[in-house]
Amino acid sequence: MHELAIAESVVSAVLERTDRHVSVVRLRVGQLSGVVPDALTFCFEIATVGTPLEGAVLEIEEQRGRAQCRSCGQEFSLDDAILLCPCGSADVELLAGRDLSVTSVEVA
Amino acid sequence: MCSTCGCGEADVRLTTLGGEGSTGHGHGHAHQHDHDHGDPDHHHVPVERDEELRTHTLELEVAVLAKNDGLAALNRDWLTERGITALNLMSSPGAGKTTLLERTIAAAGRPVTVIEGDQETLFDAERIRRAGARAVQVNTGAGCHLDAAMVSRALEELQPDRDSIVFIENVGNLVCPALFDLGEKRKVVVISVTEGDDKPLKYPHIFAAADLVVLNKTDLLPYVDFDPERLTRDARTINPGVQVLPLSATTGENFGAWLEWLY
Repeated sequence: MHELAIAESVVSAVLERTDRHVSVVRLRVGQLSGVVPDALTFCFEIATVGTPLEGAVLEIEEQRGRAQCRSCGQEFSLDDAILLCPCGSADVELLAGRDLSVTSVEVA
Repeated sequence: MCSTCGCGEADVRLTTLGGEGSTGHGHGHAHQHDHDHGDPDHHHVPVERDEELRTHTLELEVAVLAKNDGLAALNRDWLTERGITALNLMSSPGAGKTTLLERTIAAAGRPVTVIEGDQETLFDAERIRRAGARAVQVNTGAGCHLDAAMVSRALEELQPDRDSIVFIENVGNLVCPALFDLGEKRKVVVISVTEGDDKPLKYPHIFAAADLVVLNKTDLLPYVDFDPERLTRDARTINPGVQVLPLSATTGENFGAWLEWLY
């Protein structure tokens, strides 16, 4: 259940930048980041108790995986971690999908 | 928990076995930590809210794991300056990480120390000590993985020799350790033939992170339904070009290839 550690990291990343009351936290979570949004939302509630983020709404923008094939040059989207181009080549470069960032917060 | 630095891992315990300096020294931090975070104005008191209750957006664009990654970078610098090679061993419980280390300690041409991660018990650190190396046991309590802060504390306790090898045996888990950089030079995933050849596709994140896949317990291949070629093929659909190294830590079969990879 690493989502609890991730949720604690979200809280700590936000509190490094503001100590005001936070009502919304926005995250970008890549589909290939290894983090499950539902589990993270559940843990976020626990991790924020007693902090200025308590009661804040967590808004998660899921980022699709995207890759480019080095064999045929095609850019394509990925739903899972299998790095395979529709042309059959496994020589692909991952362009997006592993991101795990706090994009912004609403502070009062 | 200190909500600023995330410290105060109340459940995490360190125990050193073997060699000198094995008395515990409580809650040590390799990073500066006098609880003002370098800012004398930082206090753990509620901050008065702005009179104006209008909310506004604060753009952050910060990596969630930035703090762990920053600490991992400090660990990496510390290790590199001393010529120490740190390897992060990850696997499911029972894949044979500790047995691999026992045999490695006996055969290694360089001094070896070990950071052992487990939720509970000193079993693995005791095995390492019996094999002839110093070990720090990190008990994570409920935690399912090691993070860079735990490794920083463990390194401080362990004080590995210059030009030595430090093995970091992560908590047995094919999921969570994949996300946390510890400052290691390389990540090694150990998978054993008794676990089944379908694991790369079931647990892609850990295989995506691996610099080497050790396929252990090859002495049991005649007794189990396991296709090493399938494992290799699937691992490479997740992590193109990753090296798969079959061996038996119990019998020593192909162990030379592992030692060769180490050096």
